[in-house]
Amino acid sequence: MKPIAQLIVTAAAAAFSTSAIVAPAFAAAEAPDQLVKRVSSDVIDTVKSDKDIQGGNRNKIMDLVNSKILPYVDAQKMTQQAAGRYWRQASAEQQKQLSDEFRTLLVYTYSGALAQIKNETVEFKPFRADPADNDVEVQSQVNMSRGEPITLNYRLSKTPQGWKIYDINVLGAWLVQTYSSTFASEISKGGIDGLIKKLHDRNQQLASKPLQSPQK
Amino acid sequence: MTTRTPSANLRTLGLAAAAGATLLLSGCASTNPKDPFEKFNRSMFTFNDTVDRVALKPTATVYKKVTPSFVQTGVGNFFGNLSDLWSSVNQFLQGKGKNGLNDFTRFAVNSTFGVLGVFDLAGPAGMPKHNEDLGQTLGYWGVPSGPYLMLPILGPSTVRDTAALPGDWWADPWTHLNDIPWRNSGILLRAVDQRASVLDASNLLEDAALDRYEFIRDGYLQRRTSKVLDTDKAQERAEKVQGRIDQVQEKVEQKLHVTTPKVDDGTEPAAGAVQNAPQGQDSAPNNPPTPAPVSSEPARK
Repeated sequence: MKPIAQLIVTAAAAAFSTSAIVAPAFAAAEAPDQLVKRVSSDVIDTVKSDKDIQGGNRNKIMDLVNSKILPYVDAQKMTQQAAGRYWRQASAEQQKQLSDEFRTLLVYTYSGALAQIKNETVEFKPFRADPADNDVEVQSQVNMSRGEPITLNYRLSKTPQGWKIYDINVLGAWLVQTYSSTFASEISKGGIDGLIKKLHDRNQQLASKPLQSPQK
Repeated sequence: MTTRTPSANLRTLGLAAAAGATLLLSGCASTNPKDPFEKFNRSMFTFNDTVDRVALKPTATVYKKVTPSFVQTGVGNFFGNLSDLWSSVNQFLQGKGKNGLNDFTRFAVNSTFGVLGVFDLAGPAGMPKHNEDLGQTLGYWGVPSGPYLMLPILGPSTVRDTAALPGDWWADPWTHLNDIPWRNSGILLRAVDQRASVLDASNLLEDAALDRYEFIRDGYLQRRTSKVLDTDKAQERAEKVQGRIDQVQEKVEQKLHVTTPKVDDGTEPAAGAVQNAPQGQDSAPNNPPTPAPVSSEPARK
């Protein structure tokens, strides 16, 4: 594997772990829908205004994902939910490895998606939740230049570090639910270590692959 | 070849059906309860994938690169317009009058002012596109989706939706075109255009999915359930119901000359606020139970 890619992934992991701790204290006071709106417009504005990113500069996109999105994603909870009942069977070491690999995969996936933003806009639906709720859903849709809008919903839960996203719904399919059957079948084939290895291999493969910029 | 008697034809048909059923059921040895036809589905998936990789995707890639975007939009609009008519029929069949009128007006406006549907004038005018089909109508009326079924060429489906497919074909105006070359070219063009519109998404899918077959299956089933239940409209419906409940409550209060003390949690609850803060429970014990917000967790059918 290319040493640069290895460096990037390590940097990504480091960036995440530090930013999770340093995650702004004022985030705790921010309402979940405000949080999602802010992060979403911030990221999209950055992508649209940066020529480098539009040209497919992988480093820049991953930096963006790590600095602006990852701090608000609870990768541990996402992995735990995707692993389902197998999570309890995993050792603490395995849990950590699994979370890290899954998070890295998500970083690559988000980066790939962001690289394709051209002139889409995001519209948020009215947010309805009880102020006392600890688990909410924020609904939005992405208006495409062609075709129907794509529904994009987020599930957030309240943590001591503020609201964090732990599941995403695109076009009616929840990410965690979709991954959980893949996780289950991989674990039944090769155990938790088998799943970790498969994720790791996939991440290495993605690291050496050039990012695809939008084709039109 | 000698002409066959009707009974011979029937027998052949029966044999063919039995063979087909055996093929389907032969995959049932070690069944995944979620996907009883998994063996068959996986082989269909491999077949479809090969056809896609060898023929459809390269064609769609070239089409996307070479064709001016306004032409692509026009093609998409034209075929989309044809589906609006059937969508409107299905909306009415589901009792969704407003949406039915919406889709019918889309079809009417775009076919005339939009020059046979090439220009989508209705969308920007506030009439969004819906995509109702016979499978969703059946689902709406309670027909369970049945197991996942991967169809050759046509892609992922379910048993219910496959059964509904002939209905959708019959309703597709394009298939009634008498000129065979035009009809076939049109069908091909529509397929290429649709493939081109999901090109970027499918590239992303290859990166994100560990096992593409499973990823597509689970994503498709969730999406299909979400379409049948119209979960994107679920919150609107919940709010409408809540609004009506509030109206009834007001009327009751007026008649009885009773005011229920509002629960004061510091913020004025909006008319459609999700109901975890029930109002004035002690003095109005006959409050109708507040409906739980419709969950967007798709029910596993």
